Amino acid sequence: MDKPFAPLRTPSPPRNAPQVTAAGGDADDGSVLRTVLDSGLTVLVRGMHHAPVATFWVFYRVGSRNEVPGITGISHWTEHMMFKGTPAFPGGVLDRAISRVGGQWNAMTSTDYTAYYETMPAGEIDLGLQIESDRMVNSLFDSDEVSSERTVIISERQGSENQPLFLLEEEVRAAAFRVHPYHHMIVGDMADLQTISRDDLYTHYRHHYAPSNAIAVAVGDFDRDSMLARIRESFGGLQPGPEPRPIHRVEPEQKGERRVIVEGEGQTAYLLMACRAPSATQADFFPLSVLGSALLGDGAMGLPGGGGSNKSSRLYKALVETELAASVGGGMSPTIDPFLFAVTVTLRAGRELPEVEAALDAELDRLLTTSPVTEAELARAIKRAKAAFVYSSESVTNQGFWLGLSELAAGSYTWFESYLDSLTTVTADDVARVAAAHLRRPVRTVGWYVPTDSEKRLDSALQPSDLPPVQPEM
Amino acid sequence: MVRSSSEAASIPGPHDIERQLLSSGVVVLMRENHASPSVVIDGSLHMGAVDTPAAKAGLARFTASALLRGAGRRSFAQIFEEIESVGASLSFSAGQHVTEFGGHCLAEDVDLLLDILRDALCAPTFPAEQVEKLRGQIITGLQVRAHDTRYVAGREFGKLAYPTEHPYSRSADGTVDTVSALVREDIADFWRQHCGPRGMIVSVVGDVEASEMIGKLEDRLGLGSLPADFAEQSPQEGLPPATALTAIQEHHVHVPGKTQADIALGSAGPPRAAEDYQHARLANTILGVFGLMGRLGDNVRDRQGLAYYSYSELRGGLGPGPWLVRAGVNPANVSQAIDSIRDEIRRLQTEPVPADELADNKSFLVGSLPVHLETNHGVSATILNMELYGLGLDYLQRYPEIIEEVSADQVQAAAQRYLDPEAHALAVAGPQIENE
Repeated sequence: MDKPFAPLRTPSPPRNAPQVTAAGGDADDGSVLRTVLDSGLTVLVRGMHHAPVATFWVFYRVGSRNEVPGITGISHWTEHMMFKGTPAFPGGVLDRAISRVGGQWNAMTSTDYTAYYETMPAGEIDLGLQIESDRMVNSLFDSDEVSSERTVIISERQGSENQPLFLLEEEVRAAAFRVHPYHHMIVGDMADLQTISRDDLYTHYRHHYAPSNAIAVAVGDFDRDSMLARIRESFGGLQPGPEPRPIHRVEPEQKGERRVIVEGEGQTAYLLMACRAPSATQADFFPLSVLGSALLGDGAMGLPGGGGSNKSSRLYKALVETELAASVGGGMSPTIDPFLFAVTVTLRAGRELPEVEAALDAELDRLLTTSPVTEAELARAIKRAKAAFVYSSESVTNQGFWLGLSELAAGSYTWFESYLDSLTTVTADDVARVAAAHLRRPVRTVGWYVPTDSEKRLDSALQPSDLPPVQPEM
Repeated sequence: MVRSSSEAASIPGPHDIERQLLSSGVVVLMRENHASPSVVIDGSLHMGAVDTPAAKAGLARFTASALLRGAGRRSFAQIFEEIESVGASLSFSAGQHVTEFGGHCLAEDVDLLLDILRDALCAPTFPAEQVEKLRGQIITGLQVRAHDTRYVAGREFGKLAYPTEHPYSRSADGTVDTVSALVREDIADFWRQHCGPRGMIVSVVGDVEASEMIGKLEDRLGLGSLPADFAEQSPQEGLPPATALTAIQEHHVHVPGKTQADIALGSAGPPRAAEDYQHARLANTILGVFGLMGRLGDNVRDRQGLAYYSYSELRGGLGPGPWLVRAGVNPANVSQAIDSIRDEIRRLQTEPVPADELADNKSFLVGSLPVHLETNHGVSATILNMELYGLGLDYLQRYPEIIEEVSADQVQAAAQRYLDPEAHALAVAGPQIENE
């Protein structure tokens, strides 16, 4: 699963933390129990009793961020191979075992992590523990399976290549990151997908899949202490792995706007503007989240449970209400290293990229000069974030994901737990400061997808003669 | 299957679903859940693409989208300013037979959501400039999808699987030509004729008091508060027959600039009300759902490595929705993938499903209920469907037995009745294939 613009974080586990911490005390009151096993596995456990279900997640601190040219896409391919079986659970057996008790399972690879989960009727969740502890160290990586999966992975990439926005994002990322491995897409470059070998995959697996490089998260309708004991039993006997190689390739400061153009078949043009964003732990993260909410709606905050409509947002009004665009979206996610704050615009038929970019610039200029984010917008962002957190509390799967992501990307699950508090401390001045710092032209990359369809009959049919003129204030 | 008492108690049923009829005939379903301070409101009404003639294809979907473009005293901007300010959501979407709506909010904001919902249903204003803005967005969406191989394969499949006069042969989205030709009066007339209380269902799940909620809904959707033209509602006409195909109906669509081909293969399936619907559903689960996409996933994806995805879906619904297989493959592998899909259909028709495989699939269908019913959204969608298809409030209590009773012979018979490896619709969209 390639999740554009949804990467994550990787600090080493805080080994100096107390052996077991529970934010809310000893009782199973919904607080998170955190511990680090002798094997180095970080464990987070939260009891939730609204429904008889439970989820179990394992996050590995490895994603496309840990890849170098020649093996791009190897983290994602390794994720696929983890479904191919072990001596104890041969291929197909796992799938059948989960499904026949009504469970769901899946996995995802991002820039900063690879994560696996099972969501099950609560009484069956131990199967998830068994499967994950087993495949953490015993996956087979059979040569024939590697061969057959190569075509599946290539097919996945080709399916993505059918989407103009994938092609555009790939070029924008490559332009935005010259040095840092956020440069390439999670699925990897085709050249590498054709040449990565079984040994490459197995070496990657052995290097990165170990309890000392992983976070286990259990959330659901169980006794918290008993769950922790069962996780200890399942994972306690495993050996810590090698120390992961640190990522040294810091992206240098960007000194000037970068632009890319992708041409392709189609009738629709797209604009993708990507600005350098802070990492999850940098001070600017929360003010930029508030700014994202004002510009693009709550989906831009990288929130659990968010993602409603954005028709009252500034950029919707500036671009969609003015009939320049059919839609606008984007935002950012918590990441280990500074990644991107993106604005994606789908142009309306008959509109041209330069006029849409000019309108986008005019709106951003307005934000930076005459119309900064207001106290009312700040209050709205907080109320919307509160609602999103309430919705997210209805799903154990969602909770498991965000606790694990927070631990991995920000170094502690408390990043997620204190998200609303962090947001509440943001002032309008903070937002103005981060807007000026992160939305500057010299630190952004602008990509255009230019459709080459010769069939332009619709353009003449849709002359926007009755449109209000776009009047940049700057 | 053994389930814990807490698991059994969590399954919605007559003991905790409140069903009420408003004075207008609207059916209301409620289930309280005070675990978190949020509310989900879903619903459906009999207004869909089947109510539009071919020349006005897309009208139902256009109308549904236009309901929130201005309603009652609120403008489009005010509606979304108010909804989004409190982190709520509300949307309408038209399918073939029904328009569905769905929203959620914090419990403290439920009156706001009900007010806007009421106005959108009963007093939409369809401002001319908003209709034009929406039209532009719909047309851009159609142009985007015209280059989306998966969408194009599905659209072409519909044309091949159903007779031209059948509404299922047309996409509910309409075409650029039909959407361009619609005028505001078409939308207003369509709403007047088809939007109304008859057949309307509203489900409310979450942190509400059922007795209080019924009063709020009666105030807004009861007979006393409905505008006169809202109650005048044309009945939905019956569908022409979806005659069975007697040969393979095949169409390859060249979508330039693409690297992967998408395949849609299948036929008209049973309506939800068909006696053998659950037999077909179990057959479909075995074919392309169970685990990571059933026998198709195992064969086409895992063993042969031909596709990133390969699965089957049984749409069901109020009419004979499609039963089809979908796969995304490299152009060089299209023929092999199609052969393998046909092999799996043939195997389902000619060989009884082994007892252990049948048991696993039944266990999956029953066992996955707690996970599906975890959230307010999951419960709301489920009880809404129970009402729409007349399954009864105790359906989920009877469900394990319904599934358990399905035999291998019935699974095989359903596959034989609805699928045919020698006679089906086959649409492929993607790059030009060399041997064509």
